[in-house]
Amino acid sequence: MTASDIGDAPGDLTGTVTGTLDPGPDPPSATPTHCPYCALQCGMNVGGRPVTVTPRSDVPANAGGLCQKGWTAAEMLTVPDRLTTPLMRAHLGAPLEPCSWDEALDRIAAEVGRLQEMYGPDAVGVFGGGGLTNEKAYQLGKFARIALRTSQIDYNGRFCMSSAAAALNRAFGMDRGLPVPITDLAQADTILLVGGNVAETMPPFMRHLIDQKAAGGSLIVVDPRRTSTARQADLHLQPTPGTDLALANGLLHLALVEGYVDEGYVAERTSGFDTVHTVINAYWPDRVERITGVPVPHMREAVRMLTRDRVLILTARGAEQHAAGTDTVTAFINLALALGLPGREGSGYGCLTGQGNGQGGREHGQKADQLPGYRKIDDPAARAHVAAVWGVDPQILPGPGRSAYELLAALGTDTGPRALLLFGSNPVVSAPRARSVEERINALDFLVVADFVLSETATRADVVLPSAQWAEESGTMTNLEGRVLRRRQAVPPPDGVRTDLEILSELAGRLSAPGRWSTDPAEVFEELRAASAGGVADYSGITYERIEAEGGVFWPCPAEDHPGTPRPFLDRFATPDGRARFTPVEHRGAAEEVDADYPVYLTTGRVLAHYQSGAQTRRIDPLVAASPDPFVELHPDLADRLGITEGMDVLVTSRRGAAVVRARLTDTIRHDTVFMPFHWAGSGRANSLTNPALDPVSRMPEFKVCAVRLEPALDGVSER
Amino acid sequence: MNRSAGIVVVGNGMAGSRLVTELRDRDRQVPVTVFGAEARQPYNRVLLSNVLAGAARPDQIGLVDPAWYAAHDVDARLGVQVDRIDRAEQVVYAADGAATPYGTLVLATGSTAFVPPIPGTGDGLPRGVLVFRTLDDCRDIVAAAGTARNAVVVGGGLLGIEAARGLAGRGLSVTVVHLAGHLMERQLDPGAGKVLVRTLSRLGIRARLEAHVTALRTADDEVGGVPVPSPAAEGAGATRVTGVELADGEALAADLVILACGVRPEVGLARAAGLAVDRGIVVDETLRSVTDPAIRAIGECSQYGDTVYGLVAPAWEQARVLADLLTGADEAARYTGSRQITRLKAASVELAAMGETHHGDDDPGVEVVQFADATRGTYKKVVIRDDRLIGAILLGETSTAGTLTQLYDRAAPLPADRLSLLFPGVGGPSVSDSPVLMPDAATVCHCNNVSKGRIRDCWEQGARSADDVAQGTRAGTGCGSCRDAVEGILGWLDEQESARA
Repeated sequence: MTASDIGDAPGDLTGTVTGTLDPGPDPPSATPTHCPYCALQCGMNVGGRPVTVTPRSDVPANAGGLCQKGWTAAEMLTVPDRLTTPLMRAHLGAPLEPCSWDEALDRIAAEVGRLQEMYGPDAVGVFGGGGLTNEKAYQLGKFARIALRTSQIDYNGRFCMSSAAAALNRAFGMDRGLPVPITDLAQADTILLVGGNVAETMPPFMRHLIDQKAAGGSLIVVDPRRTSTARQADLHLQPTPGTDLALANGLLHLALVEGYVDEGYVAERTSGFDTVHTVINAYWPDRVERITGVPVPHMREAVRMLTRDRVLILTARGAEQHAAGTDTVTAFINLALALGLPGREGSGYGCLTGQGNGQGGREHGQKADQLPGYRKIDDPAARAHVAAVWGVDPQILPGPGRSAYELLAALGTDTGPRALLLFGSNPVVSAPRARSVEERINALDFLVVADFVLSETATRADVVLPSAQWAEESGTMTNLEGRVLRRRQAVPPPDGVRTDLEILSELAGRLSAPGRWSTDPAEVFEELRAASAGGVADYSGITYERIEAEGGVFWPCPAEDHPGTPRPFLDRFATPDGRARFTPVEHRGAAEEVDADYPVYLTTGRVLAHYQSGAQTRRIDPLVAASPDPFVELHPDLADRLGITEGMDVLVTSRRGAAVVRARLTDTIRHDTVFMPFHWAGSGRANSLTNPALDPVSRMPEFKVCAVRLEPALDGVSER
Repeated sequence: MNRSAGIVVVGNGMAGSRLVTELRDRDRQVPVTVFGAEARQPYNRVLLSNVLAGAARPDQIGLVDPAWYAAHDVDARLGVQVDRIDRAEQVVYAADGAATPYGTLVLATGSTAFVPPIPGTGDGLPRGVLVFRTLDDCRDIVAAAGTARNAVVVGGGLLGIEAARGLAGRGLSVTVVHLAGHLMERQLDPGAGKVLVRTLSRLGIRARLEAHVTALRTADDEVGGVPVPSPAAEGAGATRVTGVELADGEALAADLVILACGVRPEVGLARAAGLAVDRGIVVDETLRSVTDPAIRAIGECSQYGDTVYGLVAPAWEQARVLADLLTGADEAARYTGSRQITRLKAASVELAAMGETHHGDDDPGVEVVQFADATRGTYKKVVIRDDRLIGAILLGETSTAGTLTQLYDRAAPLPADRLSLLFPGVGGPSVSDSPVLMPDAATVCHCNNVSKGRIRDCWEQGARSADDVAQGTRAGTGCGSCRDAVEGILGWLDEQESARA
């Protein structure tokens, strides 16, 4: 199939997106698929010799655009240090050496058996990733529950989407990132974007915002930094890190005082408003100004802009990666509900999912407390349904396990797992308080990592399994819209490499696991459909054929003749009474406040050229050239006081660790805050500093704010 | 000491109600009893000016829902006055006859409006004369404003001006009579006071400065020929106000007079119990009475050092510290005084003031940066000592108030660019966004890391449209926002070429 075949597909909503590049006729061998990176899942054609990438115009999310990561994605297929043979350590302290697949898999089965016999099923843990296809995420969850029978499974999405997910479930009874197709953005009168720098993290997303602006819409950005996204905004609110919740409550207070609350909507479609009103009374404007640093006139202006007709309130990691992340998202949902937005066409609250399959990856059983279809693992009916699909007795399914950080922190301890199987993640770089996570991983009796390169975590493994990557495999991905898409195989995997489904099938066989362990993604998807049927994230009506014919299908889609759900909640919310729930939430501030010893806030995030732990992007030359080194961004006034100049090596220290990075001076950041990207390992690792204080509901760590001090890095730093 | 008894809080206003919720946030077990003289749910006094302005109904400014108490096992005795403290037995006696033992007693009795000794206010205030302190006062003012036409507000402090603004918004003709030489003299310097007078006059509010009210003029109040009986002491007397007389002999006609002459801490209970009382109940940094370790005091009835705080923020800071101490959540918590920031809550009058605002720029050791535009009602001033903000006024335009309040709160070092303290967005020199002025090395397309030089190269190889450049360099294929810049560069290159030709 060529791109032109599907360019006329129904649901082609590309509209008038700016700057569309006509990719021209594709080479005959090009396969239409999607980008390996973020949740926008830009459409791209992959093919040719050497393999190249061109953007697809028929996918609304990118409508012909790609960022540098996308354009260079094919280079990942041929990175020089690609793994093509399993590696194994003969014993502790021995080097990783090539071995056969049978040796590697036999060893894993033997170690799993030995450790589980000695310490019980929970002695083996599983850690997944939000980049895995739906099929792999589903199969991995099933593998943990019925092959390993361990409760100890979670995934890196806990570090990404969990706060928004928890808040969405609490308010609407359903966690779907965006409540509208992405093309609705261009028609919004006002968009409030909280803690998201889409111009760097998903650049083609900006096309929708540029179209929105061209159509007369307004954009409000909330960010402690004047990011490239904030610079495009009509109004930029620049709060102190850790105070977004107070800001949301303050905006709602103003909406109440100014009479903007949609009382009819509140009465008909929601519950719990009165309690929220009482709490909001304590967030009068100047109190909020004092907490957040956002001037009252800007808050007033923001609220006025939010009273227009089609209004979207969107949050991203900046609002969510906090110990009060769930409540912060809830505060913005409360605001949206008071203004009558959710469940109104073209309006609503949404969260911008981060990882490639961050949406689908959180729906089908990788989470510690969850079974496929977004079912709860402690719900007897859910257990019975899923156990029937798997052909097992519900009794054998384990209960809820530890959340991601708690799981990592328990590794190698008396009560925690002694072995870990890790797929699609690199927690040595991406977990908070990474130095101690590194220690926990080193303390394991046995670590297995499946990856296509030797990531920082894989270097610590006892067995490394070379796995296939994006363009070498097929399956489905669910993008930030909640639209299920087809990832198609464009090239065969290199010799010696296996897919994750093949690996799980081999291991399940060796462990004599019940259930079916197909290596064909299409067959696994059929099973996923059945397992998700009747759940909140119901995929049962979605087929590969429909996805191809319709340009993707929005879940929930409970039957093959159901059109899918591009805009949920128009009639009712997914709560038992159909009403959205207000929940009162109070400002708590950062878990770690600045003080005399650590007087500066650190916030972390991404840069355009890199993705997550950088295991992929740090191997691609043009991306490395664009952004070669870790850095710390700080205000010139702060730098001046500390004796730091542009380009100087700076020692950044928190209570948990230290990092040495290059200084980058900019007046786009608050005087009291510095920023570090988290894509690098080693001495420039931002997560050596971050605070693992967890959100009580979502168990999200507080990546977005902690207290640090900075000083010029002198010789002898390494001795500290 | 009665250790088995729990915490008894007397007073359910801003301080007391906050303490009770802070206690329960930390500890669901410790027995808590709260007495409130008013029977209604505690409300947010800060929002009274919204009620006066008509932006909120009286029932919409509650701070704790009535159902909250039962749900959180708090024994709420609302509408019950406490008459007496027996410190020896550690028991409080309430007006309903109940005796309640305490382990810790917290006095949060607040303050009451000060009624100045003006002739004519001796035996209860005449009808039409009201104070502005409680929700009931607020209701009475709103009711009176419905029929009144001329209002005089006695007192040009924060509360007086908020009241005046609210009444002017309801269509009354309003005069503020103020004793001092300029309005809000505790928070503002004379220059700001002057600008404020102009701002208020545009809103229909006159100000009489250095003016002393010597008497209230009244007339017999007869409705239908029968004197109206007065159920309450204040504002319901047998006579009705018709105006005020000033010391200079002038008389101002008024059918509504608001007394906004400050407050007095409510310390009767404490004094009768023999606690040390200066202007307020004297407490240490654990908010403990210096007389009795079992008794604490917070809010407007307490005095820490020389200061009785009259704003909400200090009361809430005290509530937080005390909750930390009483529940053991943070035994090291201490109250060491508050930085006070005043914000006027009056529609169309933006005003923030903090700290020492009276310094002039010839005062030794201080640096003063200011800007005044009286015509437009703008007055901005910051006072700096040792590179720290020690005082500030923003009147008329307050978009740097967020920055200033945080710098003041934290005593943080100030930005080198002082102008940015007064005006937002006046930062350092900004990098030129004009593609023409950019150096070749500057990145034009961030999404694909394309420099101006590469676009120039592409043009030299024949690219003449943004699409050509996109094909050649990928510039503009990410977010698309650089497309205008790319076109600008191409246009400029074309121009230069034709100029050379």
